[in-house]
Parts: sequence; structure tokens; C-alpha cells
Amino acid sequence: MVDKTLELFDCGHRACGGCGAALAARLVTKAAGTNTIVVSATGCMEVFSTPYPETAWKVPWIHSLFENASAVASGVEASLKKQGRTEKVVIMAGDGATFDIGMICISGAFERGHDFTYICYDNEAYMNTGIQRSGATPYDASTTTSPAGKCSFGNKRPKKDIPQIIAAHGAPYVATASIAYPADLMQKVEKAINTVGPCYIQVHAPCCTGWGFEGEQTIAVAKLAIETGLWVNYEMVDGKVVKAKKVVRKPVEEYLKTQKRFRHLFKPTRQDAEIATIQAIADRNAEKYAIDIKLKKE
Amino acid sequence: MMQITEGSHAVADAVRLCRPQVIAAYPITPQTHIVEALADMVADCELDAEYLTVDNELSALSACIGASAAGSRTYSATTSQGLALMFEVCFNAAGMRLPIVMSIANRALGAPLSIWNDQQDSISLRDSGWLQFYAEDNQEATDLHYLAYRVAEDHSVLLPAFVCFDGFILSHTYEPIDTLSQEDIDRFLPKFSPYERLDAADPISFGMYATPEYYLEFRYEMDRALKESKAIIEKRGKEFGQMFGRDYSAMVEGYRLEDADTAIVAMGSICGTTKDAIDEMREEGKKVGLLKIRVFRPFPTEDLARALAHVQRVAVLDKNISLGAKGAVALEVKDALYGSGIPVKGYVIGLGGRDVRKKDIKAIVGLIGKGQGDMFYGLRTEVL
Ligand SMILES: Cc1ncc(C[n+]2csc(CCOP(=O)(O)OP(=O)(O)O)c2C)c(N)n1
Ligand SMILES: [Mg+2]
Repeated sequence: MVDKTLELFDCGHRACGGCGAALAARLVTKAAGTNTIVVSATGCMEVFSTPYPETAWKVPWIHSLFENASAVASGVEASLKKQGRTEKVVIMAGDGATFDIGMICISGAFERGHDFTYICYDNEAYMNTGIQRSGATPYDASTTTSPAGKCSFGNKRPKKDIPQIIAAHGAPYVATASIAYPADLMQKVEKAINTVGPCYIQVHAPCCTGWGFEGEQTIAVAKLAIETGLWVNYEMVDGKVVKAKKVVRKPVEEYLKTQKRFRHLFKPTRQDAEIATIQAIADRNAEKYAIDIKLKKE
Repeated sequence: MMQITEGSHAVADAVRLCRPQVIAAYPITPQTHIVEALADMVADCELDAEYLTVDNELSALSACIGASAAGSRTYSATTSQGLALMFEVCFNAAGMRLPIVMSIANRALGAPLSIWNDQQDSISLRDSGWLQFYAEDNQEATDLHYLAYRVAEDHSVLLPAFVCFDGFILSHTYEPIDTLSQEDIDRFLPKFSPYERLDAADPISFGMYATPEYYLEFRYEMDRALKESKAIIEKRGKEFGQMFGRDYSAMVEGYRLEDADTAIVAMGSICGTTKDAIDEMREEGKKVGLLKIRVFRPFPTEDLARALAHVQRVAVLDKNISLGAKGAVALEVKDALYGSGIPVKGYVIGLGGRDVRKKDIKAIVGLIGKGQGDMFYGLRTEVL
């Protein structure tokens, strides 16, 4: 049994106050326990947690490069197997490291079937280098490389569906989670770690600095993502969705309005067509994962 | 036991005797026969290793990083484009002080695409912190793997190592090889004992980021370890010689050099051709000798200066070119002999598999006699 009272991602790191990714690191390591080796990719989490000679990690931890965490983890896992050791391997990588630059290594590692758990903490942009867009950046979000402007509403493409791509590799367990639902997140981590083979969990981790909201609002913002259907918490076993969190949906505006990255949709003039497009994304999510709680009277 | 073996198979066999626990590699000509032979050994339970058939070379070396950091002896092999794809990972493996050994079946880099031999690939990674051994023949190519592990894993070194041998010219050539036994190698190469490893019982962080207050010192420590590895190479190379009769304690090796007035400096299989050419020139009364460089990193500056102190001129053969400057070996030799007054000329030769024959070596000796050099040798001017 894992002792959940232990803090294995400890204080002293340099994350911003209200950092969703730091909270994810804390919850994931808590759920994983001490018999864990963490492999990180370059990105905010790696940088804010390990300024030499200090480290926030109380479990063995390794970082090599931006794009190769899953390959490094493959080597760690093979090495442990050869030595007959029992540590569990957990990857912690950002959305850029996962959706974009790390995709070849990820595909290879999932195909090879290593026994690891891959956690993508998804803050929906390259935060470490100054809030540039990634394949995880949502439609119309303004970032430093997809800025809203006189003839632009921000990021032109919707988020890539990476969990489906991972599931298509035959991963036995794929899930999404949110830092706003810590118990659910920790349960999923435990499930993934105890499932033999390569598992994937994508954790929604709002970034107050990059998205433009106050640090004390992180959980509230993450919750609104779920409540509007723009983020769905679900589980896939052997490629099939087996569970999704149901909600009484709110209009997407309630989420969009909380963040400066969507400010251009409301000011100087309200962009009804764009907001409707985003609402349609939420509606499709709701239909696909059947998350709508139907009120009895209907 | 003497056996007539293809270079790649001899290397694979040497790797087997080193008992690597994790192998990760991606096929590329002319390295393929090595990784295929290792796969056969694993399939036949002759080699008890985790063999990762990865998705590309970047993943191969990255997996080696993870495996080595977790405490296993690890191995990879590549060449040319594969090594270029590993560029970032090579610097990283060295900076993390992981004693990975990688065979390089040397090949040219594109464009234009060429599968044939030169040494541009490994030379282009000379600044990455890896030890670089170069073999003249297949016996040396095999033996240098044992030495490479022994030196790289030494706790005063802890740096990765390339064992380089010319693609096709050595990798695909059958030569008689003195094959050692498992007991032999077990006596020479002890079990891998990592200096530090990823271990839940004693958690440490690997690969942290360094601010300007620390980075310079990290690089200094790497440079120091690489330079000090010379003493370890000498010690273990001598020990190998005492055990098996082939002494690898010298970083550079002279051939008919003692009374030479003209020295040729070279690396790799070209040394064999050069020795034959020297024998013939000696018959004609020409006092030519060879200085072969076996270890390019750490560069044996003092050894080289000492070995060449008595000659009147030095011709350096480079199977690489730092475009816009000179061949990398010539640059090193000029540095080593700076202030000695001995003229040094470089000859870029044999790139992309262009054959180098005895007559070419003789022609270069003619050129340096006339003071001509620092040039490409053997250009087909009609196609320029
Ligand atoms: C090969 C390579 N390209 C680019 C970079 C620069 N870089 C470092 S971190 C990063 C973005 C990281 O984004 P993500 O994975 O989403 O993590 P985050 O910082 O958002 O937590 C980039 C572009 C790099 N380190 N290496
Ligand atoms: Mg990110």
C-alpha cells in the first residue's frame, strides 16, 4: 500500500503560485509512492523543480531532453527488468513534449509495450519558453506564436486528440484527469501504475501565467473546463471508453471569460461566431463521451 | 583462437563478451550486420540482454541513457546520419557522465547521400565529451570495445566512448581475428558498478539544470575527466597486453618512425595501406614513417609532439573536413607541433568512400617534399 500522506514532490520548487503543473506533480507522486522512478522532459516542471544543486523530487528522478522522455523511460524500464528490480517508471512531460516534439519516441515506446505510466501535464502551450502554441493549444487561444490580432482570433486549430492516438497503439489504460479532481486523478494514477504495459494519463493543468488569471483561481478555472465540456475526464480500457465524468453543462463563455488568452473574443467586440464555434467543440465532446446529465423534467 | 570473421560479426562477438545488459540500436548501413548479429545472439539465448528495437537513433541513445542511469551496462551502434540524429543525445549522455559504449562504423554524411566510408560522422562529435577510439584493423576494432568499457566505467572517468572503425573497409571485410573467451573477458572487464544510479532506496536527481554559477564547472569537470582518462587508457591498455599479448597502452603508435625524416599521421584503416606504402618507399631509400592515432579524444597532444620531435616534415591524412577550415586531425597536429618549427601539411583524402591506394600515399609524400599541402588530395578536376 502506498502511504498517501508522504510529500514526494516537496516544497522549495520555483513554480509560480497557483501552478497547475506543480500540483499535478504533487498528486501524481503521492499516488505513485516511494517505489517510483520519475522521468521528466524539458519544460517548466523540469526547470522549476531542479535548479542544481537543489531538487524538489524525493523519488529518483531523471531528465535528459525535451523530446526523448519516453525513450529514456524505455531504457530505465528495460534496465530495471534486467536487474530484477521492482520500481515503477512514471514519465512526467508537458503537452509540447508529448503532442509535438516527443511523438516519434512516444509512438515507439508504446508500440514496444514497456511497463510505464506516461503522465502528460497539459497546460496547453509551451510555457517554459514563453507561452508559444502547441498541438494542445485550444481553438482561438491567443499565445505568443498564435496571437490574436487584427486578422486573427488566435490559435487556428483545435486540440489534437492524443489519448485516441495512444489508445490506437494498444495501450491497456488511457485516461484524462484534472487537477481540480485530485481524488479521481490519484485513483487513475494508481490504476495506471498497477496495469502492466504502457499507460497514459493526460492531466489538465491550468497555467495562471500563460492563460492569464490570478493564481488562486487555478482550481476554479480547471473545474469550469470540465463543467463546460471543453475538458472531459474519461477512462479508456483496451481502446474503449468505459467511464466519463458527467456534468450539468454550462455555456463555454463562463470558462473563456476567466482567461486573458480568450479576451479578444469579448473585447473590444463580442465575437459571436467564434464563441459559437467553441461551443460546438464542447457540444461534440459532450455527445462523444455522453457527459450530459439529463434533468428529469425534460 | 584464430577465426576468419567479418568485421561486424567480430565486433558483435566482442560486444557479447562484454555482457551488455541493455542494447538499443537502429539499423543503418554499414552498421547493420552488428545489430543483426546481436539480435541473433539474443534470439538464440547466447546473449542475456534486453534488446530494444527502437524507432530511431535519437531513441536508441536516449534509451541507453535511461538504462545506464538505472544501473545497467549499455550498448549501441550507429554511423553517419544515425549519429547525426543523435547529436543532441550525445552531448547529453556525456554531460550526465554515463559510460555508454557505442560502435561507429564510420561513414560519410549527406548531402549528397553516401553510404561509403570516411570519418566525418564521429569527428563531427569531437566536442561532445565522448572518448573516441579508432581501429586500424578488425582485431583492434574488437579489442578496443573491451578497453572502451573498462576505461569509460572507471569511476574517475565516467564518460561514454565511441569505438570507430571504417565502414565497409573494416565492417564488411573478413580478417583473421584472435577471439577471446568469456573467461578471458570476465578477468579483464569486471561487472558494471555504477557510481550512482536511479534507485528508490536512495533517491537522487539526474540531469538537473544548471545556472551560470555552475555550468562552467560542469564542463571543466568533464574536460578534466576526459584528459585524465589518458592515464586509465594507458594502464588498462597495458594490462590487456599483459593478459592477451596485444598492448594498447599507447595513444599513438609509430611505424618505422624512429629514423624517419617524413612522418605521415593518420587514423583508422588507412594506416594499414600507409604501412605497406612506407615499406615500399623504404626499399627506395625514402625515410618515411607513420604515426597512427588510436585515441582521438582525449587528444594525445604531448605524446604526438614527442613522437614527431625528430622529423623534418609531417603529412596529415584527414578522412574528414571542417569545411571552411582544415581537416580535424591536421588542426590538432598543427596545435601539438606549434613552436617546433616542423612544417605540417594536411591532406583531405578518401571522402565518401574514394579509394586510397599505396600510390596515393606515395604521391602525398612527394607533395610534402615539395612543400605542397593543406589541400584536397585526388580531386577529379574534370567533374568540377
Ligand atoms: C530540441 C528542443 N527544442 C526546443 C527546446 C526549447 N524548449 C524547452 S521547453 C519547451 C516547451 C515546453 O513545453 P511543454 O512540453 O508544453 O512544457 P511546459 O513548459 O509548458 O510545462 C521548448 C520549446 C528544447 N529544449 N529542445
Ligand atoms: Mg505546456
